[in-house]
Amino acid sequence: MKLHEYQSKQLFAKYSIPVPRGEVATVPEDARRIARDLGRRVVVKAQVLVGGRGKAGGVKLANNPDDAEKVAGQILGMDLKGLIVRKVLVDEAADIQNEIYLGIVIDRVPRRAVMMASAAGGMDIEEVARTAPARIIRVAIDPFLGLREYQTRQIAYAIGLPRELVKDFNTIAQGLYRCFVDVDASLAEINPLVVTGEGKLQAVDGKILIDDNALFRHPDLAALRDVDEEAPSETEARQRGLSYIKLDGEIGCMVNGAGLAMATMDMTQLFGGSPANFLDIGGGAQADKVAAALRIILADSNVKAVLINIFGGITRCDEVARGIVAALEEVKTSVPMVVRLVGTNEEEGRHILAAAKMETARTLAEAAQKAVALVKGEAAVVQLPPVAIKPLIARRKPVDRKPAIKKPAAKKAKLIVKKPALKSKARK
Amino acid sequence: MSILVGKNTRLIVQGITGREGEFHTKQMIDYGTKVVGGVTPGKGGEWAAGVPVFDSCKEAVEATGANTSIIFVPARFAPDAIFEATDAGIELIVCITEGVPVLDMIRVRAYLDNKRVRLIGPNCPGLISPGEAKVGIISGHITTPGGIGIVARSGTLTYEVIYALTNRGMGQSTCVGIGGDPINGTSFIDVLTMFEDDPLTDQVVLIGEIGGSDEERAAEFIAARMSKPVTAFIAGRTAPAGKRMGHAGAIIEGGAGTAAGKIAALEAVGVRVAKHPEEIPDLCAYAVR
Repeated sequence: MKLHEYQSKQLFAKYSIPVPRGEVATVPEDARRIARDLGRRVVVKAQVLVGGRGKAGGVKLANNPDDAEKVAGQILGMDLKGLIVRKVLVDEAADIQNEIYLGIVIDRVPRRAVMMASAAGGMDIEEVARTAPARIIRVAIDPFLGLREYQTRQIAYAIGLPRELVKDFNTIAQGLYRCFVDVDASLAEINPLVVTGEGKLQAVDGKILIDDNALFRHPDLAALRDVDEEAPSETEARQRGLSYIKLDGEIGCMVNGAGLAMATMDMTQLFGGSPANFLDIGGGAQADKVAAALRIILADSNVKAVLINIFGGITRCDEVARGIVAALEEVKTSVPMVVRLVGTNEEEGRHILAAAKMETARTLAEAAQKAVALVKGEAAVVQLPPVAIKPLIARRKPVDRKPAIKKPAAKKAKLIVKKPALKSKARK
Repeated sequence: MSILVGKNTRLIVQGITGREGEFHTKQMIDYGTKVVGGVTPGKGGEWAAGVPVFDSCKEAVEATGANTSIIFVPARFAPDAIFEATDAGIELIVCITEGVPVLDMIRVRAYLDNKRVRLIGPNCPGLISPGEAKVGIISGHITTPGGIGIVARSGTLTYEVIYALTNRGMGQSTCVGIGGDPINGTSFIDVLTMFEDDPLTDQVVLIGEIGGSDEERAAEFIAARMSKPVTAFIAGRTAPAGKRMGHAGAIIEGGAGTAAGKIAALEAVGVRVAKHPEEIPDLCAYAVR
């Protein structure tokens, strides 16, 4: 779950990270009042959950309260990359001398939270990572030791921070890590962290991503979710316990399991179609959940055909079939569908669907091709493309060469392999 | 022969009295797995699915000599269940539970790295050595014994591949679901190492998906150390960047972790990558010839 800039900065303030004074306005008149109270030049910033707000015209300076009201009027209601701006943050404008990037992310490779910093602040850090990776300082944090002061000093020196600011930087870095851990973030960043004209550090913009899996222990943060920022269908799906992401294609997909859902989407493209969504109904879905999923898919007017692919394990095919039939009674639709059911109770499921005169398929490839044909308004002619087999390349070494490559490799394996495998090696 | 689980597995089920725990315990027993007990704090002395229930892992291990544990407890209790099994001396822990917070998994891995224990999962379907034992939720009837080792990040997609192979009479040595989370107990490389050393595995199928760089690192490992043929499939060619595709780990971040990148890395080291799951048996058939 993404937090807004103003929400992130409110959290930062609780962890001794200096942020500009400011308030949120939903109407231009409020922006005027806030600017008057601050009594100096302000910056009016659109609060929408997309990046690149400044370039898109969602961040503007205002020299006085009149100005603030005027620019807030321009920003509020504007369409920023598909999202309507409903709130602006009115902050005192910082006197920026220098911009730094400071963030914490989860790094999968060392399996640690990693603090990243760069003297190239203000820019998109991913851009910096691509163009000048050496300018990013990375420090892995041991989960049991936490972020140590020597580490934050090391970062401060590496980014060339003036000595007199190192102590303040340490406070900010420690605060950011405590915040990251306390709210179960998967990302917390200050970009930019600025050095002001008065020689102070200040977090001018901030972003926090919270691990959705940890929201159960943060009901206060879960309540901060801004449903205006997601498509209504995604909100409904989430409340139903469905994993749904809207895409731009024409074939609505309903699948159990995330990996299979992705594979099914890919399959529609392989046969010349395009997926309208990702939708995982999860394991053990009952008829009502299936019906909700189908309603959500059909609410998308781009959908020209629906492909349902269920590999029954915990999920029972007859339950899914009943859900489909129930949903179709409720939502009258002319959108054609192809259903593939395999696994637990598949025969019962097929009988239920046969009674409803639905198009069925035995294999995933057949189902995908039928769905693509339905979009094009053709009768489905299923013909699997011949399997393209690539020639083996030289890597497949003949057996007699095996020991030659194995010996040095065994040493290498010791570093990677965990204990059970090591034990068996040692016996050899 | 197989890897990780087999005839020597002595299994306890953590969360055995829950709905999922009890159901799958029965399934595992029916399949022939030696389930020696279960653990549910506060229910010690009772019976579930025909096996004794203990209050703690320690008691269960002392009474039954268990060496393997499977976890079905809710996400908020799963890290504790993993620590408990580890401290009770379990050698292999399989965590089925989905939705464990990532910061908890960082602590779990940091703790386990200093112990003599292997964790599979979380957020995984477990594993099965057809004809020997299953520790997980993969339906036994879609598998058949044979020489193909399977390692995968996702559940139902794995079933799809197993089913396609079985339909063609191509059996499996062991099928391992390592789970869809960004931080888990066992990586592709760990399992590839075991398959390479397993005499009865003659080739390997690797099923990956978008997110992270585990597949790319697997490709490096395959080039350096694998003599057995590897066939792969990567899900998520059509996935957009920045969106989490169901699995917590399945997300393209900052242009990294794309399906195209993973496919290119694997093909560059001679792995044949299937265009769709049902193509895998064809590629496997070609590989052993």
